[in-house]
Amino acid sequence: MTTTQRILTPEMAARIEALAPRYPNRRALTLPALHIVNEELRYVPYEAVVEVAQLLGLAPAEVQDTLSFYQFFPQDKPSGETRAWVCRSVSCALRGGEEILDHICHAAGIEPYGTTADGALTVEPAECLGACDFAPCMLAGKTLHKNLTKESAETFVRDARARAGKSS
Amino acid sequence: MTTFQPVLLEAVGVAGSHTLASYRSRGGYAPLERLLKEKQPTDVIELVKASGLRGRGGAGFPTGLKWTFLPKDHPGPIYLCINADESEPGTFNNRILMEDDPHQVIEGIILSAFATRATTAYLYLRYEYPQCWDRLQGAIDEAYAAGLLGKNIQGSGFSLDLYLHRGAAAYICGEETGLIESLEGKRAWPRIKPPFPAIEGLFRKPTVVNNIETMACVAQIARRGVDWFRSIGVPSDPNNPRDPGSYGPKLYCLSGHVERPGCYEAPLGITARQLIDGHGGGVWKGRKAKAVIPGGISMGLLTEAELDTPLDFAGPGKVGCLGLGTAAVVVIDETVSIVDFLHNSCRFFAHESCGQCTPCREGTAWSLRMLERIRAGKGRLKDLELLAEIGNTMGMMPGSTICGLADGAAWPIKNAIKKFRGEFEDYIKRTNPSGWMVTDPVPALPIVGAH
Repeated sequence: MTTTQRILTPEMAARIEALAPRYPNRRALTLPALHIVNEELRYVPYEAVVEVAQLLGLAPAEVQDTLSFYQFFPQDKPSGETRAWVCRSVSCALRGGEEILDHICHAAGIEPYGTTADGALTVEPAECLGACDFAPCMLAGKTLHKNLTKESAETFVRDARARAGKSS
Repeated sequence: MTTFQPVLLEAVGVAGSHTLASYRSRGGYAPLERLLKEKQPTDVIELVKASGLRGRGGAGFPTGLKWTFLPKDHPGPIYLCINADESEPGTFNNRILMEDDPHQVIEGIILSAFATRATTAYLYLRYEYPQCWDRLQGAIDEAYAAGLLGKNIQGSGFSLDLYLHRGAAAYICGEETGLIESLEGKRAWPRIKPPFPAIEGLFRKPTVVNNIETMACVAQIARRGVDWFRSIGVPSDPNNPRDPGSYGPKLYCLSGHVERPGCYEAPLGITARQLIDGHGGGVWKGRKAKAVIPGGISMGLLTEAELDTPLDFAGPGKVGCLGLGTAAVVVIDETVSIVDFLHNSCRFFAHESCGQCTPCREGTAWSLRMLERIRAGKGRLKDLELLAEIGNTMGMMPGSTICGLADGAAWPIKNAIKKFRGEFEDYIKRTNPSGWMVTDPVPALPIVGAH
């Protein structure tokens, strides 16, 4: 057997440890730790779950139980460089949100929850993003895209693909 | 209708409104400094109790009363959790408060922590609000630097740490014990009550969970006083000793088919019609409303004829809705099929049911499957009975679930079937002319039962 490559870098572990004084026990660090791993890797493979569990003094099953509940952290492969959530809840749906979701997926050549072959973009349906005043809307990374139209949706897909590979 | 000057939203649109300097220039933190110097925690509890403030998160429980449920002379720690997991479809008022005036929220948090003797506060923020995260973290950093957070605040001897905690896109974390479980690093399964969080909450310590807008109201009550707060809204019903009234300003989120969607501040008790026509510029494209959600999708539906219902804590319940909820008003125009609306609602709840209680997990999933079947032209009139049965049996009120979010899943079904039954029947008869009258059980799909 070759040496196992650790997933959690010392930097990630240090970021997690820095939050420890905020909580009276280490289990409360579970979600913050998963977010830190996901920010770095764009997914949380099971090996990372085991390492997070070791760091927090938990059973891997405890961390995996929490992780799987949220359906938020991908585990099989990383999300695209841009992860986009297109709102389909009532206020957006009334203003064409579902059509925008279809249109973005069509423009990107993927199904909902899919990632483009170049790894540039993952598109997921979202439940209410809390931006109903700008319906239909989408959150892509940290950017809220407001009052989407077919045209702005296409531009978004084009830009996401052009940006791919350049940010890191 | 006299024009109401916004108070909670007074900073919206002001350049740099999220900064400490801007908040100070509007009189912010002066009430806190005065109260910390002159008053005891119990005085702040009395102030908030006297104001009649009821929680703005959805349940409308009197805030001051909630605080008094904490054990007296507890050695601590006592925790304050701020619920910013705003996920109810149609709701975005807290987002605006956090983005545009985070210090107003923080002042309310410090006052509430002082009142409850909490020395650690966690603000649980939904993942979908990255801009709020940045604004709040910036404001928290400013507050620490100014001696408004941290040890011995303004020399008062009172200390408070405030931490942001990020959610991971789960609706259930807005339920207060679900939030607590999530903060503890577990799946966000709501707890059976009692014990209530005030007795045994976060990390098994006494805990208060309050909403963001509630915190902003506390800050304004400290600044403007009880009389000001009680001069706004709807007084308690003299014929009902259990009615705590609906005092104060409220943020109403208006979205869907209106000309001007947005967050509007109005006295509690404004009617849905006044809100839509006065603030929203009317139903869009000159159309008529078919139905209006009065307070987030969980609250059910108002018909066009019910739009003069006052949106105070008691109003929506009088026309069969669940309550005021988050006061998120969503307008559905006459061109929308009520079948499509209910499908959207059922899909949301099937996706967001946490899965702990069988009636909700199965009820939400089956209602979605039935709506899909109806939309596929395979509906039967009998389906409406089944849907109504789900609506009547799923929730805390019928006693079948641990948390009230199941009632919120049930209410749109109940209201839609009751108030729009004719439209459902017409749709089913039109789209399934040869099978709408069948009452035999639907055979299980062949893929089911594979294991």
